[in-house]
Amino acid sequence: MESFLNRYRNITVLLLVIFAQLVLLAVDAKNDQHVRFIRVWTVTVVSPVARLMEGVRGSSISFIHNYITLHDADAQNRRLQADLDRLKLENIFLTNELNTADRAKALQLFQQRTQSKTLAASVFSMGIGSSRKVVYVDRGSTSGVMREMAVVIPDGIIGKVTAVYPTASEVLLITDPMFAAGVVSGKTHAHGTLKGTGTSLCKVDFVAFEDKVEPGDWFYTSGDDRIFPRGMPVGVVKSVKPGQPYREITLDPSGMARGSPDDVLIVVEGVHQEIPDTPPANQQVYLAPPPPPLAEPAGTSTDTAAAPADGSVPPAAPAHSAPGTEADKARAMYQKAAESEDIVLGGGAAGTDIKRPPDFTKLPVDPRTVAQGRGSAVPPAPAAPAQPVAPAPAVAPLQKKSTGSPIPAKGTASKDLKMPPDAVRRANQAGGPGGMPQP
Amino acid sequence: MTYSGGRMLLSSQREGQVSRFNVWVAILVPLAALLFQIYVPLFFRFLNFLEMPLLVVVYLGLMRRNPISGLLVGAAVGLAQDAWSKNPLGMFGITKTLVGYFAASIGMKLDVDNVLIRFILAFFFYVFHQAFYWVMEHALLSQQSPFDLPGWLGLGLLNALVGVALFHFLDKLRVTA
Repeated sequence: MESFLNRYRNITVLLLVIFAQLVLLAVDAKNDQHVRFIRVWTVTVVSPVARLMEGVRGSSISFIHNYITLHDADAQNRRLQADLDRLKLENIFLTNELNTADRAKALQLFQQRTQSKTLAASVFSMGIGSSRKVVYVDRGSTSGVMREMAVVIPDGIIGKVTAVYPTASEVLLITDPMFAAGVVSGKTHAHGTLKGTGTSLCKVDFVAFEDKVEPGDWFYTSGDDRIFPRGMPVGVVKSVKPGQPYREITLDPSGMARGSPDDVLIVVEGVHQEIPDTPPANQQVYLAPPPPPLAEPAGTSTDTAAAPADGSVPPAAPAHSAPGTEADKARAMYQKAAESEDIVLGGGAAGTDIKRPPDFTKLPVDPRTVAQGRGSAVPPAPAAPAQPVAPAPAVAPLQKKSTGSPIPAKGTASKDLKMPPDAVRRANQAGGPGGMPQP
Repeated sequence: MTYSGGRMLLSSQREGQVSRFNVWVAILVPLAALLFQIYVPLFFRFLNFLEMPLLVVVYLGLMRRNPISGLLVGAAVGLAQDAWSKNPLGMFGITKTLVGYFAASIGMKLDVDNVLIRFILAFFFYVFHQAFYWVMEHALLSQQSPFDLPGWLGLGLLNALVGVALFHFLDKLRVTA
């Protein structure tokens, strides 16, 4: 028996194993219950290894995807770089559009605010050559532009028109060495002559050594040059050096602070303004509309005739024209005496034939007693134009009307002006469009 | 171990020396084959034709030249494969038990280091495995699966090719005397 088993051991074991599996198969199939311990063992043994393999696989794929197969990242990088370049160009374009819109809006606001008549123009070309600082604008003689007209922006003056063509004009920038303009200090009202230096800075000549000018002071156009209306900002003093007989002043032009502008205003008809005491604010401020004129009280005399004939600037009400003053009383008394004799005062021009003068000896009150205590023995002429006591009008037209303007007519003596820089006038008249010769 | 030249049959028992493997190889290689069978086709469906557990059972049976060892390896691998299948336990177990037994029995008679013998045996045991499994399905489970002999032959060739390469790799894991 033992030898038989040894001889057929292999086949015996095979049959036993197959029989056992057949039993297992039969039981498993009959019960239809697949969760056997063999499955539990197998799944328990294999699952951790499978999970480990899955982790290794995921990490490997991630590593390969992120670090080895870089062609995808490279293509993506190039695509993103292209997108970035495109977006940069779009950003630059939109920024320029926005700046242009802002400048146009600023010009429009300035155009509405200033009392000078201006004409908007766009710079379309730069002058050829490094020595001259000129630009060309798209407004010419057909638009009413003439030589020697001022070119400004809200920040300050830019230059002047030196040549006019039908559809374009040449503008000499204030940084050009041939440029000159009359300027005045805002703080001390020291007059001088602005000159370009060929660089981004300008200098102010002919400021007397006695005049006090400090860095940070603002200079404005003085109007002496008959080109720029008075009161336009020119720039801020950067440095001041003592000199004999004039100071050496370096000025940073405010109009060129942002480089050569793209849009400018040509002053077609300038109106002088006050020299501001404070530097021009960079930020816009709200200006309320002017108050309505006060209602004229009853009994007001016709002294409004003392206002300027053009009527463009309403004068401040003079003190002597207010009702109830001594002068009013005196005038009313004279008028009453004249009316009693059927004589109209002021009815005839000077030198005209008047039948008889009023008899002022029959006045109820001696007019000299009315004027007592005022240091004036002679009462004011009734119809004489009153000299304004208040400061000069805020604005005065340039060239249009010489009466009342602080700027004398061209060719008249300049003795009425307070310290006119003759060099500026000589430069603008003799130098022509090129400017003035160096002193 | 020396090759027998052009001979495929062994003249004596001494010519066919038993290959020995470390214990971890005998455990990990079937486990790896089982993992391959249940895991790799999840991502590479075209590798679903491979019957890695069968090839491992054939290799271990041929190399060990011990029928009992071969049938036990076949039974263990088959039952583990059954555990991951929907079929009742024992279908793959009985089939691979027979494959392991026959492989070990044939390994005692043939020069199993010959590449051609390995290719033919791998092809033969694959077709036998599929055919016997089909018979058991019909006989024991009454399942009507198709008798796809051309498909078995074609897949048998592919498995034989992979088996030859696998056997060459597993030869590296043998313990040399």
